[in-house]
Amino acid sequence: MESQYQHLKDIAFKVREHIIRMAANGGCFIGASLSAADLIVFLYADFLNLNVNNLDDPNRDYLFLSKGHDVPALYGTLAELEIIGRERLQHHLSIDDHIYWHPNTQVAGIEFHSGSLGHLPSVALGVAIDIKVRGGQNKVVCILGDGELNEGTCWEAVLVANAYKLDNLIFIVDRNQFQANMATEDLIPLEPLADKFRAFGAEVRRVDGHSFQALDEALSQYPFSEGKLNVLIADTLRGKGLPSIEGRADRWFCNFNTDETEQLLQELHGAHQAQLTSQTLVVR
Amino acid sequence: MNYEQLLTQTALNDERYMVMTAENRALVRNIPAALGPRFIDTGITEQTMIGAAAGLALRGRIPVVHALTAFLTMRAFEFVRTDVGIPGLPVNLSGFIPGFLSDANGPTHQAIEDIALMRGIPNMEVYAPADEEDLLLMLPAIWSSPAPAYVRINTRPTGHKHTPYEPGKAEIVSRGEDITLLCYGLLFEQCLQATAILQAEGKSVGLINMRSLKPVDEKALIDAAQNSKLLITVEDHFLTGGLYSILAETLLKHRITTNVIPFALKERWFKPALLPDVLQYEGFTGKQIAEEILGYAISEPAVRMSPSEFAE
Repeated sequence: MESQYQHLKDIAFKVREHIIRMAANGGCFIGASLSAADLIVFLYADFLNLNVNNLDDPNRDYLFLSKGHDVPALYGTLAELEIIGRERLQHHLSIDDHIYWHPNTQVAGIEFHSGSLGHLPSVALGVAIDIKVRGGQNKVVCILGDGELNEGTCWEAVLVANAYKLDNLIFIVDRNQFQANMATEDLIPLEPLADKFRAFGAEVRRVDGHSFQALDEALSQYPFSEGKLNVLIADTLRGKGLPSIEGRADRWFCNFNTDETEQLLQELHGAHQAQLTSQTLVVR
Repeated sequence: MNYEQLLTQTALNDERYMVMTAENRALVRNIPAALGPRFIDTGITEQTMIGAAAGLALRGRIPVVHALTAFLTMRAFEFVRTDVGIPGLPVNLSGFIPGFLSDANGPTHQAIEDIALMRGIPNMEVYAPADEEDLLLMLPAIWSSPAPAYVRINTRPTGHKHTPYEPGKAEIVSRGEDITLLCYGLLFEQCLQATAILQAEGKSVGLINMRSLKPVDEKALIDAAQNSKLLITVEDHFLTGGLYSILAETLLKHRITTNVIPFALKERWFKPALLPDVLQYEGFTGKQIAEEILGYAISEPAVRMSPSEFAE
């Protein structure tokens, strides 16, 4: 059954390789990038009407990456889908390109910049309202981090989406259980998260965010309920794919040396766990 | 023609316009019926309204958004800066009850740093019409410009007959060799009265209605500095970052120095009360401005003005 998703698995594997390479020479937010990688690959390669040929088409679907830190997963996906050249990934953090720690519109396929949390739910809301006013059929997806849900404007957008019956809008939560430095439930608890969204008027699904089959089954039900905001909680694992860093509070932003990233690439390919000595940086 | 009628007509003539409010309907009461789904009220969510306005602009719309200025420019500041300012989207901000126009609301509602905040955002244009007629003269050019813009909405009539608006230019009401008053917005009316008093006292007095604070009419400021012995800036704004600062920046840039007396709020909020009493208490009536410049009292009675209508 899962074999029908093999091409997605292959893309996601390559995206993870890209992410690992971006975690050296300045580093990146590797934990969130790996948790969101399968989700982003599924959306671009399967669910959304979005490809290299329709990036300016007003009838395309929209994807907004609100949490921002996971942008290496998006860069890698855009490269694998040939929306941007693969060579641009070599420019990560280069002064000569625009491949930096947060999404920006100088990169083809990125609809809007992010980095300040809690902004893109409202930007996506405006796009979804306009599509409704014009009678369009486009889908609008906004990916949020679970830590990002601390920001009140995420919940404002849910209230307004409910008021305007935006069933063309899908908020997907990358529920990797961590915010910057610690577990969400140890700081500002979010559970029961589905109930919170339901109480605000949304129709909610909750699935394994690393199972293409589960993502497919949930999103094939779009719109989840006529006239209601769609919320998909994707349960994920910070650092997914690399057991040496999975589910750890201290593997958020990492700047590894090239020996470490070489070990991590081997680990991804099934070798033993990498021996990592570089420390997590606490930056935001 | 009033603000609402002009906005309705503009939106009916051009499908790109969308009218938004964060449940501040004072200026747009009849627009829901006129525009239907192109009117969006997001409720009391200034930040979400601005983010949604950016989303609408991404789709080719020209949003004109409404809220009390204090909340539009301060509560939603980062959304304006980040979602509208960074991409330079054509979002038009209509700020209600700026400056002294918040009269009895109290310091929570006093937007007297709005000019400083908005002009600090790259590419954001900043406008402050002198009265309703001036507002209506300026808005067509502001709304049709692709730049993001902030307007200090001022719908009070003064009866003054304004010259046509030229984008980015100040209105030179009069020229004077002794004194030139530089002002914007609500206090234009008081400066008209101050000018008349000073002229009656034998002074040669100029009056400039700035209209556009960003871009600023540098030539008007330089001419005034070079042709008058004394410049007076008059604004219902903190001293920091408003017209006094703009004048100082402009003169320094052109290596000009001159005598300047600023009328502004200096490191404090103003005393809340009905508008005429606020002006009197804070020393911003035309008569008080004239007396401060002259250095002596005059016998003319204090200027009377009507209170504002109740503002939600």
